[in-house]
Amino acid sequence: MTDDVRVRLEDVSYTYEEAKKPALSHVDAVVHPGEFLAVLGHNGSGKSTLAKLLNALYIPTEGTVLVCGYDTRKEELVWEIRRRAGMIFQNPDNQIVATVVKEDVAFGLENLGVPTEEMIPRVESSLAAVRMNKYADSAPHMLSGGQKQRVAIAGILAMEPAIIIADEATAMLDPSGRAEVLDTIRRLNREKGITVVWITHFMEEAAQADRVIIVSEGELIASGAPDEIFDRVDFMRENHLDVPPMADLASWLREQGVPLKKGILTVDDMVKEVERVLCPSKSDT
Amino acid sequence: MSIEIRHLTHCYSEGSALRTVALDDVSLTIHDGDFLGIIGHTGSGKSTLVQHLNGLLKPTSGQVLINGEDLNGEHVNRKALRQKIGLVFQYPEYQLFEETVAKDIAFGPKNQGLSAAEIDERVRFALSCVHLEYDEVAEKSPFELSGGQMRRVAIAGVIAMRPEVLILDEPTAGLDPRGRDSILTMLEELHGQQNTTIVMVSHSMDDMARLATRLLVLSEGKVVADGTPREIFSREKQMVSIGLGVPAAAQLCSRLIAAGYDLPSDLYRPEELREHLLRLWKEARPC
Amino acid sequence: MLNNITLGQYYPVDSRIHRLDPRTKLICAIVFIVDVFLADSFIGYAILLAFLYAVTRLSNVPFKMLLRSLKPLRMILILTFLLNLFFTQGETVWIEWWIIRITKEAFLQALFYSLRLVFLVAGTSLLTLTTSPVALADGIEILLSPLKIIHFPAHELAMMMTIALRFIPTLLEETDKIMKAQMARGADFESGNLITRAKAMVPLLVPLFVSAFRRAGDLAMAMESRCYHGGEGRTRLRVLKITRADRIAMLILALLTVCVVLEGMLF
Repeated sequence: MTDDVRVRLEDVSYTYEEAKKPALSHVDAVVHPGEFLAVLGHNGSGKSTLAKLLNALYIPTEGTVLVCGYDTRKEELVWEIRRRAGMIFQNPDNQIVATVVKEDVAFGLENLGVPTEEMIPRVESSLAAVRMNKYADSAPHMLSGGQKQRVAIAGILAMEPAIIIADEATAMLDPSGRAEVLDTIRRLNREKGITVVWITHFMEEAAQADRVIIVSEGELIASGAPDEIFDRVDFMRENHLDVPPMADLASWLREQGVPLKKGILTVDDMVKEVERVLCPSKSDT
Repeated sequence: MSIEIRHLTHCYSEGSALRTVALDDVSLTIHDGDFLGIIGHTGSGKSTLVQHLNGLLKPTSGQVLINGEDLNGEHVNRKALRQKIGLVFQYPEYQLFEETVAKDIAFGPKNQGLSAAEIDERVRFALSCVHLEYDEVAEKSPFELSGGQMRRVAIAGVIAMRPEVLILDEPTAGLDPRGRDSILTMLEELHGQQNTTIVMVSHSMDDMARLATRLLVLSEGKVVADGTPREIFSREKQMVSIGLGVPAAAQLCSRLIAAGYDLPSDLYRPEELREHLLRLWKEARPC
Repeated sequence: MLNNITLGQYYPVDSRIHRLDPRTKLICAIVFIVDVFLADSFIGYAILLAFLYAVTRLSNVPFKMLLRSLKPLRMILILTFLLNLFFTQGETVWIEWWIIRITKEAFLQALFYSLRLVFLVAGTSLLTLTTSPVALADGIEILLSPLKIIHFPAHELAMMMTIALRFIPTLLEETDKIMKAQMARGADFESGNLITRAKAMVPLLVPLFVSAFRRAGDLAMAMESRCYHGGEGRTRLRVLKITRADRIAMLILALLTVCVVLEGMLF
């Protein structure tokens, strides 16, 4: 057993039935405890396949996936893996089972056979953790997209997972819903130390992660801190991915000879750098 | 062709306890050749507004005039007016239903009562507008295509009706950067080359900065701003106060002006801003 | 919009009847139906009517709602009444004209059978008016669970009911959206004869089915990832508990049955 990592992928390949090409080929990766890891890639890159391998929804065609030390190929370990690696999906509507919010949050616990007396406080505290306790008795279809995703997070949280895997959980939300869901996950990562695997195609979201890995055409093609990754503007473009506007601007200015440092991602970073290399104009001095 | 909206108010569940005002006294004229961007929060009334533009919703009060004719008037050929205005809903790929891409795109023209030859010409035209090869996709099932391609086929289904005004409700929602870029490029061409008037609802300020010639900002069912992107994006404070932002370049610009740099106050496109920053650096080099 | 639809006929207020365990209400409804068939005189019916009146008052459901549940039945009611009226043999002739012959016995029997229908519908409506569909599903699951021995899928049945209830509003909203989208492409759902109208539904139904299947696939995956593996070893957040009120309700129903039976024997 390897307890030093949450997830270990060793030479993992996955081919869908009837598919000619593998969706993922020979991927090696680790996810460390407490880490916020973003997986960035365009549609069809294999990033969603990767997500489903981490929850034993898919079993690798080749190679090994270890989740909290458990091998996903061993059928008898499936429930041990799924209770530890909770998953949030893209469509907020299609993952809520019950007709009342609190009952949906309890769904996982019911499946695990947790006694009712223990379930009630766990449902309450999970809803409080995603700030949805006011809606415990509401009907899910009355909630906004962001709120539904927070209910889905609470449902995972109630199972007390070690890892949360979010498979494009914000793709169908509006900007405020996206911020709401990402903030919730980041807070849980910080405060409860839950490891997060955040699968996305939004570079703004990946920029907030501890580490980013990039998947393209089924292969893992880059891994590093966000500021390292996003400085490779041309590389990102070649792989049909966005670059934060400030990283793009900085890279252009650098090419023109302006000595800006590396790793500029936000407007704040940029303001600081401009102030460092450029004196304010003479009209003010 | 002109669309004029006069004092439009729309309430849902009128006459019940759940009555909600979705649009409150909205007036607006859409001119030929506009690329109008409509921005606002979820629930600000954007979708309600666009559904009025082709008569899918009826105003609680106020009028929608198309070439001076009231769309909801009594002696109006509503069907003919509606055809001039194409409406693409959110996630339009969910409306595809035919066996082949060509048949699906032909659905609208068929309902218009065109001849087979005309329909075929329309299908070919629409596919070329959305950058899909007729020979490659026409006989495929729409359900075999990728998400981005399905969306483009759905948009082609509306373009095939040859509307004079094309309205799109969040056409890039849920797409990855590549899918989004191809839609935006396509809209840019439709506007530039085909001279189609376009109305686009979007949450993305960067998309708006790239395409719109005019912006309408809605908040709680009211028009709070109407002007060029340059005017709107230079009012960062107002935009933030209603829960919206401005593009990153506009943010940087106003932060740098506040720090004492000599920049025009209305930059919002990265290409403009970077030229100015380079100029500043060249001027300041001696110091 | 479509957000405020109520499911089934559930009337969401609080009352002693609403608070009863769904199992109690299901059993009581069944006993009541049996009682309706046991009662064979108008005195028996008077007792049942009094019972229905009392329960409706206790349930805080307006009588109007109860009457509304009878509405879809009115044609059958009229037909039952007329058939019995005209085709029952009797001796005390009231009206005789041409081939029409109405007797006192026929009239009483027509009234009796019509009332029986009304009682049956009112009794079951009181159950659905005071019990949410989810609670009903729960109640049915537990009541049917002894049948698991003969491999009757009680849990699966209840789970299917819950999921259907959960997705009805979502699919309704979706129907509205697709309909509008096709109307924007010139679809006409309203004019034409039956066949053209049925044909016009294709552009609505195909996307709706495609979407329902996609949702089903997504949901199955989401449920599996949350450790769903059927009803075995499953616990429940909402545990049904038989309280004093439930015992009283059962007792009252037993009493009602005794009254109806005794009345039948005595008169």
